[in-house]
Amino acid sequence: MQLTLEFGGGLELLCESVKIHKVNVDPPNGPEKFIMKDLLSWVRTNLIKERPEMFMKGDSVRPGVLVLVNDCDWELSGQLDTTLEDKDVVVFISTLHGG
Amino acid sequence: METNGVGGSAADMSRILSELETLKTAKNDIDRRISALEAQLRDTTNIQDKNDTVSNGSCPLISAVHSNINHDLTPDSVYRYSRHLLLPSFGVQGQSNLLKSSILVIGAGGLGSPALLYLAACGVGRLGIVDHDVVELNNMHRQVIHTEAYIGQPKVKSAAATCRSINSTVQIVEYQEALRTSNALEILSQYDIVVDATDNAPSRYMISDCCVVLGKPLVSGAALGLEGQLTVYNYNGGPCYRCLFPTPPPTSACQRCSDSGVLGVVPGIIGCLQALEAIKIAGAVGEPLSGRMLLFDALSARIRIVKIRGRSSQCEVCGENSAFTQQQFKNFDYEKFTQAPLSTLPVKLNLLPEDSRISSKEYKEKIDNGEAHVLVDVRPEHHFKIVSLPNSINIPLASLEVRLPEISKALKEEDNSGSGASLYVVCRRGNDSQRAVQCLQKMGFNSARDIIGGLESWGHDVDPNFPTY
Ligand SMILES: [Zn+2]
Repeated sequence: MQLTLEFGGGLELLCESVKIHKVNVDPPNGPEKFIMKDLLSWVRTNLIKERPEMFMKGDSVRPGVLVLVNDCDWELSGQLDTTLEDKDVVVFISTLHGG
Repeated sequence: METNGVGGSAADMSRILSELETLKTAKNDIDRRISALEAQLRDTTNIQDKNDTVSNGSCPLISAVHSNINHDLTPDSVYRYSRHLLLPSFGVQGQSNLLKSSILVIGAGGLGSPALLYLAACGVGRLGIVDHDVVELNNMHRQVIHTEAYIGQPKVKSAAATCRSINSTVQIVEYQEALRTSNALEILSQYDIVVDATDNAPSRYMISDCCVVLGKPLVSGAALGLEGQLTVYNYNGGPCYRCLFPTPPPTSACQRCSDSGVLGVVPGIIGCLQALEAIKIAGAVGEPLSGRMLLFDALSARIRIVKIRGRSSQCEVCGENSAFTQQQFKNFDYEKFTQAPLSTLPVKLNLLPEDSRISSKEYKEKIDNGEAHVLVDVRPEHHFKIVSLPNSINIPLASLEVRLPEISKALKEEDNSGSGASLYVVCRRGNDSQRAVQCLQKMGFNSARDIIGGLESWGHDVDPNFPTY
Protein backbone atom coordinates (compact mmCIF):
# COMPACT_ATOMS: atom_id res chain seq x y z
CA MET A 1 0.00 0.00 0.00
CA GLN A 2 1.41 3.37 -1.06
CA LEU A 3 0.98 6.24 1.38
CA THR A 4 2.24 9.81 1.58
CA LEU A 5 3.14 10.81 5.11
CA GLU A 6 3.86 14.41 6.02
CA PHE A 7 5.31 15.80 9.24
CA GLY A 8 5.10 19.45 10.23
CA GLY A 9 5.19 21.97 13.05
CA GLY A 10 8.54 20.57 14.23
CA LEU A 11 7.62 16.84 14.10
CA GLU A 12 9.84 16.50 11.02
CA LEU A 13 12.82 16.95 13.36
CA LEU A 14 12.04 13.48 14.73
CA CYS A 15 12.53 11.94 11.29
CA GLU A 16 15.79 13.48 10.14
CA SER A 17 14.15 16.78 9.14
CA VAL A 18 12.42 15.20 6.17
CA LYS A 19 8.86 16.49 5.87
CA ILE A 20 7.39 14.35 3.12
CA HIS A 21 7.80 10.56 3.07
CA LYS A 22 6.40 8.50 0.24
CA VAL A 23 6.23 5.02 1.72
CA ASN A 24 5.19 1.50 0.88
CA VAL A 25 3.55 -0.28 3.77
CA ASP A 26 2.80 -3.99 3.94
CA PRO A 27 -0.45 -4.29 5.92
CA PRO A 28 0.20 -6.90 8.62
CA ASN A 29 -3.38 -8.20 8.59
CA GLY A 30 -3.85 -8.32 4.85
CA PRO A 31 -4.69 -5.49 2.44
CA GLU A 32 -8.36 -5.22 3.48
CA LYS A 33 -7.80 -3.73 6.88
CA PHE A 34 -5.05 -1.24 7.54
CA ILE A 35 -6.04 1.32 10.15
CA MET A 36 -4.41 4.41 11.66
CA LYS A 37 -3.43 2.41 14.74
CA ASP A 38 -1.35 0.11 12.54
CA LEU A 39 0.15 3.09 10.74
CA LEU A 40 1.22 4.78 13.97
CA SER A 41 3.19 1.76 15.10
CA TRP A 42 4.68 1.41 11.61
CA VAL A 43 5.75 5.10 11.70
CA ARG A 44 7.23 4.71 15.14
CA THR A 45 9.29 1.73 14.07
CA ASN A 46 10.32 2.90 10.63
CA LEU A 47 10.41 6.71 10.53
CA ILE A 48 10.88 8.14 14.02
CA LYS A 49 14.62 8.32 14.63
CA GLU A 50 14.69 10.12 17.98
CA ARG A 51 12.58 11.09 21.01
CA PRO A 52 9.55 8.86 20.20
CA GLU A 53 7.78 10.37 23.22
CA MET A 54 7.56 13.61 21.22
CA PHE A 55 5.41 11.76 18.68
CA MET A 56 3.39 9.21 20.62
CA LYS A 57 1.79 8.76 24.00
CA GLY A 58 0.39 5.30 24.71
CA ASP A 59 -0.90 3.92 21.42
CA SER A 60 -1.96 7.31 20.04
CA VAL A 61 -0.22 10.58 19.15
CA ARG A 62 0.90 12.85 21.99
CA PRO A 63 -1.29 15.82 23.01
CA GLY A 64 -0.84 18.80 20.69
CA VAL A 65 -0.50 16.76 17.50
CA LEU A 66 -3.19 17.05 14.83
CA VAL A 67 -3.66 14.09 12.54
CA LEU A 68 -5.19 14.68 9.12
CA VAL A 69 -6.22 11.91 6.75
CA ASN A 70 -6.67 13.34 3.25
CA ASP A 71 -6.86 16.88 4.65
CA CYS A 72 -9.48 15.95 7.21
CA ASP A 73 -9.16 15.79 11.01
CA TRP A 74 -8.99 12.12 12.03
CA GLU A 75 -11.57 12.82 14.75
CA LEU A 76 -14.09 12.95 11.90
CA SER A 77 -13.09 9.57 10.47
CA GLY A 78 -12.73 7.47 13.61
CA GLN A 79 -9.29 8.39 14.97
CA LEU A 80 -7.20 5.24 15.54
CA ASP A 81 -9.82 3.13 13.73
CA THR A 82 -9.70 5.18 10.51
CA THR A 83 -9.24 2.73 7.62
CA LEU A 84 -6.50 3.69 5.21
CA GLU A 85 -6.52 3.08 1.48
CA ASP A 86 -3.88 3.05 -1.20
CA LYS A 87 -2.58 6.58 -2.12
CA ASP A 88 -3.95 8.20 1.06
CA VAL A 89 -2.16 11.26 2.44
CA VAL A 90 -1.66 11.38 6.20
CA VAL A 91 -0.39 14.57 7.84
CA PHE A 92 0.99 14.78 11.39
CA ILE A 93 1.32 18.35 12.56
CA SER A 94 2.35 19.73 15.90
CA THR A 95 0.41 22.78 17.02
CA LEU A 96 2.48 25.96 17.12
CA HIS A 97 2.34 28.55 19.89
CA GLY A 98 4.87 31.14 18.67
CA GLY A 99 4.11 34.57 17.37
CA MET B 1 28.02 72.17 -30.15
CA GLU B 2 25.32 73.94 -28.13
CA THR B 3 25.86 77.55 -27.13
CA ASN B 4 25.97 78.46 -23.49
CA GLY B 5 22.85 80.54 -24.00
CA VAL B 6 20.72 77.67 -25.20
CA GLY B 7 22.11 75.26 -22.62
CA GLY B 8 21.50 77.88 -19.89
CA SER B 9 17.90 78.52 -20.84
CA ALA B 10 17.20 74.79 -21.04
CA ALA B 11 18.60 74.39 -17.54
CA ASP B 12 16.51 77.35 -16.38
CA MET B 13 13.39 75.86 -17.89
CA SER B 14 13.90 72.54 -16.20
CA ARG B 15 14.55 74.30 -12.88
CA ILE B 16 11.33 76.33 -13.26
CA LEU B 17 9.34 73.24 -14.23
CA SER B 18 10.61 71.30 -11.26
CA GLU B 19 9.88 74.19 -8.89
CA LEU B 20 6.37 74.42 -10.32
CA GLU B 21 5.92 70.71 -9.76
CA THR B 22 7.05 71.03 -6.13
CA LEU B 23 4.71 73.94 -5.47
CA LYS B 24 1.77 72.15 -7.10
CA THR B 25 2.39 69.08 -4.92
CA ALA B 26 2.56 71.29 -1.84
CA LYS B 27 -0.68 73.02 -2.88
CA ASN B 28 -2.44 69.67 -3.35
CA ASP B 29 -1.21 68.57 0.04
CA ILE B 30 -2.52 71.75 1.70
CA ASP B 31 -5.86 71.38 -0.13
CA ARG B 32 -6.15 67.82 1.14
CA ARG B 33 -5.41 68.91 4.68
CA ILE B 34 -7.96 71.71 4.46
CA SER B 35 -10.71 69.36 3.28
CA ALA B 36 -9.77 66.81 5.94
CA LEU B 37 -10.08 69.48 8.64
CA GLU B 38 -13.38 70.71 7.15
CA ALA B 39 -14.68 67.15 7.19
CA GLN B 40 -13.57 66.75 10.80
CA LEU B 41 -15.43 69.93 11.67
CA ARG B 42 -18.54 68.60 9.92
CA ASP B 43 -18.22 65.32 11.82
CA THR B 44 -17.97 67.08 15.14
CA THR B 45 -21.08 69.13 14.39
CA ASN B 46 -22.87 65.96 13.22
CA ILE B 47 -22.00 64.15 16.43
CA GLN B 48 -23.26 67.13 18.42
CA ASP B 49 -26.46 67.16 16.34
CA LYS B 50 -26.84 63.43 16.87
CA ASN B 51 -26.33 63.81 20.58
CA ASP B 52 -28.93 66.57 20.58
CA THR B 53 -31.46 64.36 18.83
CA VAL B 54 -30.58 61.13 20.58
CA SER B 55 -34.01 60.94 22.20
CA ASN B 56 -35.38 60.78 18.69
CA GLY B 57 -34.72 57.04 18.48
CA SER B 58 -32.56 54.95 16.20
CA CYS B 59 -33.26 56.71 12.90
CA PRO B 60 -29.92 57.45 11.19
CA LEU B 61 -29.22 61.11 10.68
CA ILE B 62 -29.21 62.20 7.08
CA SER B 63 -27.77 65.66 7.03
CA ALA B 64 -27.00 65.84 3.33
CA VAL B 65 -29.12 68.35 1.52
CA HIS B 66 -27.75 68.32 -1.97
CA SER B 67 -26.81 64.64 -2.35
CA ASN B 68 -28.78 61.49 -1.92
CA ILE B 69 -27.05 59.40 0.74
CA ASN B 70 -28.72 56.58 2.60
CA HIS B 71 -25.88 55.37 4.76
CA ASP B 72 -24.05 56.90 7.69
CA LEU B 73 -20.56 57.20 6.19
CA THR B 74 -19.17 60.72 6.34
CA PRO B 75 -17.85 62.26 3.10
CA ASP B 76 -14.37 61.80 4.48
CA SER B 77 -15.01 58.11 5.16
CA VAL B 78 -16.44 57.67 1.67
CA TYR B 79 -13.17 59.04 0.27
CA ARG B 80 -10.82 57.19 2.66
CA TYR B 81 -12.53 53.80 2.21
CA SER B 82 -13.63 54.29 -1.41
CA ARG B 83 -11.72 51.20 -2.63
CA HIS B 84 -13.62 49.08 -0.10
CA LEU B 85 -16.92 50.66 -1.12
CA LEU B 86 -16.20 49.83 -4.75
CA LEU B 87 -16.07 46.11 -3.94
CA PRO B 88 -19.50 44.61 -4.72
CA SER B 89 -18.98 41.88 -2.11
CA PHE B 90 -17.96 44.31 0.63
CA GLY B 91 -19.34 47.72 -0.26
CA VAL B 92 -21.11 50.27 1.92
CA GLN B 93 -22.66 47.63 4.17
CA GLY B 94 -19.35 45.88 4.89
CA GLN B 95 -17.56 49.15 5.62
CA SER B 96 -20.42 50.42 7.72
CA ASN B 97 -20.33 47.21 9.81
CA LEU B 98 -16.56 47.52 10.16
CA LEU B 99 -16.79 51.12 11.37
CA LYS B 100 -19.20 50.03 14.10
CA SER B 101 -17.12 47.05 15.21
CA SER B 102 -14.55 46.68 17.97
CA ILE B 103 -11.58 44.31 17.79
CA LEU B 104 -9.06 43.39 20.49
CA VAL B 105 -5.57 42.30 19.45
CA ILE B 106 -3.66 40.46 22.20
CA GLY B 107 0.07 40.72 21.55
CA ALA B 108 1.80 43.46 19.55
CA GLY B 109 4.61 41.22 18.30
CA GLY B 110 5.23 39.33 15.06
CA LEU B 111 1.56 38.45 14.46
CA GLY B 112 0.02 41.50 16.10
CA SER B 113 2.12 44.01 14.16
CA PRO B 114 0.73 43.37 10.68
CA ALA B 115 -2.73 42.55 12.05
CA LEU B 116 -2.89 45.92 13.82
CA LEU B 117 -1.58 47.83 10.80
CA TYR B 118 -4.37 46.50 8.59
CA LEU B 119 -7.09 46.70 11.22
CA ALA B 120 -6.26 50.36 11.90
CA ALA B 121 -6.03 51.15 8.19
CA CYS B 122 -9.31 49.44 7.28
CA GLY B 123 -11.40 51.49 9.69
CA VAL B 124 -12.38 49.27 12.60
CA GLY B 125 -14.36 51.49 14.96
CA ARG B 126 -12.44 50.66 18.11
CA LEU B 127 -9.15 48.79 18.29
CA GLY B 128 -7.70 47.50 21.59
CA ILE B 129 -4.05 46.46 22.00
CA VAL B 130 -2.78 44.30 24.90
CA ASP B 131 0.94 43.76 25.56
CA HIS B 132 3.23 44.06 28.57
CA ASP B 133 6.54 43.92 26.73
CA VAL B 134 8.97 46.57 25.48
CA VAL B 135 10.37 46.92 21.95
CA GLU B 136 13.79 45.30 21.50
CA LEU B 137 16.27 45.42 18.63
CA ASN B 138 15.86 41.68 17.99
CA ASN B 139 12.09 42.22 17.45
CA MET B 140 12.52 44.64 14.58
CA HIS B 141 12.97 42.05 11.80
CA ARG B 142 9.39 40.87 12.18
CA GLN B 143 7.47 43.25 14.44
CA VAL B 144 7.04 45.78 11.68
CA ILE B 145 4.69 48.13 13.50
CA HIS B 146 7.55 49.36 15.70
CA THR B 147 10.31 51.74 14.67
CA GLU B 148 13.86 52.02 16.04
CA ALA B 149 12.92 55.21 17.89
CA TYR B 150 10.72 53.09 20.20
CA ILE B 151 13.36 50.57 21.31
CA GLY B 152 13.09 50.24 25.08
CA GLN B 153 9.56 51.65 25.15
CA PRO B 154 6.31 49.73 25.67
CA LYS B 155 5.10 47.89 22.56
CA VAL B 156 1.55 49.05 23.23
CA LYS B 157 2.60 52.69 23.15
CA SER B 158 4.62 52.19 19.98
CA ALA B 159 1.89 50.20 18.20
CA ALA B 160 -0.81 52.69 19.20
CA ALA B 161 1.25 55.61 17.88
CA THR B 162 1.70 53.88 14.50
CA CYS B 163 -2.01 52.97 14.29
CA ARG B 164 -2.99 56.57 15.04
CA SER B 165 -0.60 57.91 12.43
CA ILE B 166 -2.17 55.60 9.82
CA ASN B 167 -5.76 56.34 10.74
CA SER B 168 -6.60 59.08 13.22
CA THR B 169 -10.31 58.29 12.99
CA VAL B 170 -9.97 54.89 14.72
CA GLN B 171 -10.34 54.82 18.48
CA ILE B 172 -7.22 53.08 19.82
CA VAL B 173 -7.30 51.68 23.36
CA GLU B 174 -4.01 50.79 25.08
CA TYR B 175 -3.67 48.01 27.66
CA GLN B 176 -0.09 48.10 28.80
CA GLU B 177 -0.34 45.01 30.97
CA ALA B 178 -0.05 41.24 30.77
CA LEU B 179 -3.34 39.43 30.18
CA ARG B 180 -4.28 37.40 33.28
CA THR B 181 -7.40 35.64 34.49
CA SER B 182 -7.84 38.65 36.79
CA ASN B 183 -8.20 41.22 33.99
CA ALA B 184 -9.14 39.14 30.92
CA LEU B 185 -12.93 39.10 31.41
CA GLU B 186 -13.04 42.83 31.99
CA ILE B 187 -10.95 43.62 28.89
CA LEU B 188 -12.30 41.03 26.41
CA SER B 189 -15.95 41.76 27.28
CA GLN B 190 -15.61 45.21 25.72
CA TYR B 191 -14.89 43.88 22.22
CA ASP B 192 -16.83 42.07 19.47
CA ILE B 193 -13.90 40.04 18.14
CA VAL B 194 -10.66 38.82 19.73
CA VAL B 195 -7.39 38.26 17.83
CA ASP B 196 -4.92 35.93 19.58
CA ALA B 197 -1.45 37.10 18.56
CA THR B 198 0.35 35.75 21.64
CA ASP B 199 3.31 33.41 21.76
CA ASN B 200 2.73 30.78 24.44
CA ALA B 201 0.49 27.83 25.28
CA PRO B 202 -1.06 29.04 28.60
CA SER B 203 -2.14 32.34 26.98
CA ARG B 204 -3.78 30.44 24.14
CA TYR B 205 -5.84 28.26 26.52
CA MET B 206 -6.70 31.27 28.69
CA ILE B 207 -7.83 33.45 25.77
CA SER B 208 -9.89 30.65 24.21
CA ASP B 209 -11.64 29.83 27.50
CA CYS B 210 -12.36 33.51 28.08
CA CYS B 211 -13.84 33.83 24.59
CA VAL B 212 -16.09 30.80 25.23
CA VAL B 213 -17.27 32.21 28.54
CA LEU B 214 -18.03 35.57 26.92
CA GLY B 215 -19.27 34.18 23.57
CA LYS B 216 -16.71 35.99 21.40
CA PRO B 217 -15.25 34.77 18.10
CA LEU B 218 -11.50 34.18 18.35
CA VAL B 219 -9.14 34.62 15.40
CA SER B 220 -6.12 32.54 16.32
CA GLY B 221 -2.77 32.57 14.56
CA ALA B 222 0.63 31.08 15.32
CA ALA B 223 3.99 31.07 13.61
CA LEU B 224 7.37 29.52 14.28
CA GLY B 225 10.41 28.91 12.15
CA LEU B 226 9.09 28.70 8.61
CA GLU B 227 5.56 27.56 9.37
CA GLY B 228 2.30 29.17 10.33
CA GLN B 229 -1.19 28.07 11.43
CA LEU B 230 -4.50 29.93 11.42
CA THR B 231 -8.11 29.27 12.38
CA VAL B 232 -11.21 30.89 13.87
CA TYR B 233 -12.41 29.38 17.16
CA ASN B 234 -15.73 29.54 18.97
CA TYR B 235 -17.71 30.79 15.97
CA ASN B 236 -20.57 29.42 13.86
CA GLY B 237 -20.64 26.05 15.63
CA GLY B 238 -16.91 25.62 15.19
CA PRO B 239 -14.66 24.22 17.91
CA CYS B 240 -12.88 26.09 20.67
CA TYR B 241 -9.15 25.64 21.29
CA ARG B 242 -9.86 22.98 23.92
CA CYS B 243 -12.13 20.97 21.61
CA LEU B 244 -9.06 20.56 19.41
CA PHE B 245 -6.44 20.28 22.13
CA PRO B 246 -8.14 19.03 25.33
CA THR B 247 -4.80 18.09 26.88
CA PRO B 248 -1.88 20.54 26.82
CA PRO B 249 1.23 19.39 24.96
CA PRO B 250 4.39 18.55 26.93
CA THR B 251 6.46 21.67 27.57
CA SER B 252 9.31 20.25 25.50
CA ALA B 253 7.02 20.49 22.46
CA CYS B 254 6.36 24.21 22.97
CA GLN B 255 9.15 25.94 21.12
CA ARG B 256 9.57 29.68 21.23
CA CYS B 257 10.75 32.09 18.52
CA SER B 258 13.58 33.20 20.83
CA ASP B 259 14.92 29.62 20.89
CA SER B 260 13.97 28.17 17.53
CA GLY B 261 14.07 31.28 15.37
CA VAL B 262 11.43 32.59 12.97
CA LEU B 263 11.65 34.06 9.48
CA GLY B 264 10.18 37.55 9.93
CA VAL B 265 7.78 37.46 7.00
CA VAL B 266 6.12 34.21 8.18
CA PRO B 267 4.27 35.71 11.20
CA GLY B 268 3.75 38.70 8.89
CA ILE B 269 1.71 36.54 6.52
CA ILE B 270 -0.25 34.83 9.30
CA GLY B 271 -0.89 38.19 11.01
CA CYS B 272 -2.25 39.61 7.75
CA LEU B 273 -4.54 36.58 7.41
CA GLN B 274 -5.72 37.14 11.00
CA ALA B 275 -6.61 40.73 10.08
CA LEU B 276 -8.47 39.39 7.05
CA GLU B 277 -10.52 36.89 9.09
CA ALA B 278 -11.32 39.57 11.69
CA ILE B 279 -12.40 41.98 8.92
CA LYS B 280 -14.64 39.30 7.36
CA ILE B 281 -16.34 38.62 10.70
CA ALA B 282 -16.66 42.33 11.56
CA GLY B 283 -17.90 43.21 8.08
CA ALA B 284 -20.21 40.16 8.02
CA VAL B 285 -18.95 39.07 4.61
CA GLY B 286 -17.63 35.81 3.19
CA GLU B 287 -16.95 32.46 4.80
CA PRO B 288 -14.91 32.57 7.98
CA LEU B 289 -12.14 30.03 8.54
CA SER B 290 -14.18 28.24 11.19
CA GLY B 291 -14.11 24.44 11.36
CA ARG B 292 -11.13 24.65 9.03
CA MET B 293 -7.46 25.32 9.64
CA LEU B 294 -4.90 26.91 7.35
CA LEU B 295 -1.41 25.40 7.49
CA PHE B 296 1.34 27.42 5.87
CA ASP B 297 4.76 26.04 4.98
CA ALA B 298 6.98 28.87 3.75
CA LEU B 299 9.95 26.78 2.67
CA SER B 300 8.04 24.60 0.25
CA ALA B 301 5.52 27.36 -0.66
CA ARG B 302 2.55 25.23 0.37
CA ILE B 303 -0.74 26.31 1.88
CA ARG B 304 -3.08 23.57 2.97
CA ILE B 305 -6.57 24.17 4.28
CA VAL B 306 -7.88 21.22 6.25
CA LYS B 307 -11.23 20.35 7.76
CA ILE B 308 -11.13 20.10 11.54
CA ARG B 309 -13.66 18.73 14.02
CA GLY B 310 -16.66 20.86 15.01
CA ARG B 311 -17.59 21.83 18.56
CA SER B 312 -17.12 18.81 20.80
CA SER B 313 -20.04 17.93 23.04
CA GLN B 314 -17.49 16.46 25.46
CA CYS B 315 -15.45 19.68 25.65
CA GLU B 316 -14.76 20.69 29.23
CA VAL B 317 -15.30 24.35 28.46
CA CYS B 318 -17.71 24.73 25.53
CA GLY B 319 -19.33 21.26 25.56
CA GLU B 320 -22.98 20.50 26.23
CA ASN B 321 -22.50 19.50 29.84
CA SER B 322 -19.84 22.00 30.64
CA ALA B 323 -20.54 24.46 33.38
CA PHE B 324 -17.40 26.51 32.99
CA THR B 325 -18.35 29.83 34.54
CA GLN B 326 -16.70 33.22 34.71
CA GLN B 327 -15.80 32.50 38.32
CA GLN B 328 -14.16 29.18 37.38
CA PHE B 329 -12.25 30.97 34.67
CA LYS B 330 -10.96 33.51 37.17
CA ASN B 331 -9.74 30.75 39.48
CA PHE B 332 -8.19 28.55 36.78
CA ASP B 333 -4.40 28.23 36.94
CA TYR B 334 -3.29 28.22 33.29
CA GLU B 335 0.41 28.09 34.11
CA LYS B 336 -0.10 24.96 36.20
CA PHE B 337 -2.40 23.42 33.58
CA THR B 338 0.16 23.80 30.79
CA GLN B 339 3.28 23.61 33.00
CA ALA B 340 4.48 26.77 31.24
CA PRO B 341 4.75 30.43 32.19
CA LEU B 342 2.36 33.05 30.76
CA SER B 343 5.23 35.43 30.25
CA THR B 344 7.95 34.58 27.75
CA LEU B 345 10.89 34.97 30.11
CA PRO B 346 13.38 32.16 29.51
CA VAL B 347 13.50 29.45 32.17
CA LYS B 348 16.48 29.31 34.52
CA LEU B 349 17.19 25.77 35.68
CA ASN B 350 19.16 24.93 38.77
CA LEU B 351 20.17 21.29 38.44
CA LEU B 352 23.69 21.22 39.88
CA PRO B 353 25.30 21.68 43.30
CA GLU B 354 27.22 24.93 43.74
CA ASP B 355 30.66 23.29 43.47
CA SER B 356 29.80 22.02 39.98
CA ARG B 357 29.32 25.54 38.66
CA ILE B 358 31.43 28.65 38.07
CA SER B 359 30.45 32.17 37.05
CA SER B 360 31.54 33.69 33.76
CA LYS B 361 33.80 36.10 35.69
CA GLU B 362 35.52 33.18 37.45
CA TYR B 363 36.00 31.49 34.10
CA LYS B 364 37.63 34.68 32.78
CA GLU B 365 40.09 34.59 35.70
CA LYS B 366 40.97 30.99 34.88
CA ILE B 367 41.80 32.02 31.29
CA ASP B 368 43.86 34.99 32.52
CA ASN B 369 45.77 32.71 34.91
CA GLY B 370 46.51 30.33 32.06
CA GLU B 371 44.80 27.39 33.75
CA ALA B 372 44.95 24.24 31.61
CA HIS B 373 41.37 23.48 30.60
CA VAL B 374 38.96 22.37 27.89
CA LEU B 375 35.79 24.37 27.14
CA VAL B 376 32.95 22.38 25.58
CA ASP B 377 30.14 24.39 23.96
CA VAL B 378 27.02 22.19 23.87
CA ARG B 379 24.83 24.45 21.71
CA PRO B 380 23.56 23.20 18.32
CA GLU B 381 25.98 23.72 15.46
CA HIS B 382 24.01 26.59 13.86
CA HIS B 383 24.14 28.49 17.16
CA PHE B 384 27.91 27.92 17.38
CA LYS B 385 28.23 29.48 13.93
CA ILE B 386 26.64 32.74 15.14
CA VAL B 387 29.28 33.35 17.81
CA SER B 388 31.49 31.32 20.16
CA LEU B 389 34.25 31.72 22.74
CA PRO B 390 37.83 31.27 21.52
CA ASN B 391 39.25 27.74 21.85
CA SER B 392 35.89 26.19 22.67
CA ILE B 393 34.98 22.91 21.03
CA ASN B 394 31.43 22.43 19.79
CA ILE B 395 29.77 19.17 20.83
CA PRO B 396 25.97 19.63 20.73
CA LEU B 397 24.13 18.19 23.74
CA ALA B 398 22.29 15.67 21.57
CA SER B 399 25.56 14.04 20.45
CA LEU B 400 27.47 14.43 23.72
CA GLU B 401 27.41 10.76 24.74
CA VAL B 402 28.77 9.44 21.46
CA ARG B 403 31.50 12.10 21.29
CA LEU B 404 32.98 11.61 24.77
CA PRO B 405 36.29 10.31 23.31
CA GLU B 406 36.86 13.75 21.74
CA ILE B 407 36.64 15.30 25.19
CA SER B 408 39.06 12.76 26.71
CA LYS B 409 41.51 13.43 23.88
CA ALA B 410 41.28 17.21 24.27
CA LEU B 411 41.80 16.94 28.03
CA LYS B 412 44.93 14.85 27.50
CA GLU B 413 46.33 17.36 24.99
CA GLU B 414 45.75 20.31 27.33
CA ASP B 415 47.33 18.60 30.33
CA ASN B 416 50.87 20.09 30.19
CA SER B 417 51.81 19.76 33.84
CA GLY B 418 50.49 16.26 34.34
CA SER B 419 48.15 17.41 37.12
CA GLY B 420 45.13 17.25 34.84
CA ALA B 421 43.16 19.82 32.84
CA SER B 422 39.80 21.17 34.00
CA LEU B 423 36.62 20.66 32.01
CA TYR B 424 34.10 23.49 31.59
CA VAL B 425 30.80 23.42 29.72
CA VAL B 426 28.98 26.40 28.26
CA CYS B 427 25.74 26.96 26.34
CA ARG B 428 23.57 29.96 25.48
CA ARG B 429 21.83 30.64 28.81
CA GLY B 430 23.18 28.01 31.21
CA ASN B 431 20.45 25.35 31.10
CA ASP B 432 21.77 22.82 28.59
CA SER B 433 25.26 23.19 30.09
CA GLN B 434 23.88 21.88 33.40
CA ARG B 435 22.24 18.93 31.65
CA ALA B 436 25.56 18.25 29.94
CA VAL B 437 27.49 18.37 33.22
CA GLN B 438 25.02 15.92 34.78
CA CYS B 439 25.63 13.58 31.87
CA LEU B 440 29.43 14.06 31.93
CA GLN B 441 29.68 13.41 35.67
CA LYS B 442 27.63 10.25 35.22
CA MET B 443 30.09 9.13 32.56
CA GLY B 444 33.08 9.64 34.82
CA PHE B 445 34.10 13.22 34.08
CA ASN B 446 33.72 14.13 37.73
CA SER B 447 35.40 17.53 37.53
CA ALA B 448 33.06 18.86 34.79
CA ARG B 449 31.58 22.23 35.71
CA ASP B 450 29.16 24.52 33.90
CA ILE B 451 29.41 28.27 33.35
CA ILE B 452 26.44 29.86 35.11
CA GLY B 453 24.21 31.84 32.75
CA GLY B 454 26.14 30.72 29.67
CA LEU B 455 27.30 33.04 26.91
CA GLU B 456 24.56 35.49 27.83
CA SER B 457 26.25 36.15 31.18
CA TRP B 458 29.67 36.28 29.47
CA GLY B 459 28.31 39.09 27.28
CA HIS B 460 26.72 40.74 30.28
CA ASP B 461 29.43 40.41 32.96
CA VAL B 462 32.74 39.94 31.12
CA ASP B 463 32.77 41.22 27.56
CA PRO B 464 30.04 43.74 26.64
CA ASN B 465 31.20 43.56 23.01
CA PHE B 466 30.41 39.84 22.83
CA PRO B 467 27.38 39.51 20.47
CA THR B 468 24.19 38.27 22.13
CA TYR B 469 21.28 36.85 20.17
ZN1 LIG C 1 -14.57 23.42 23.24
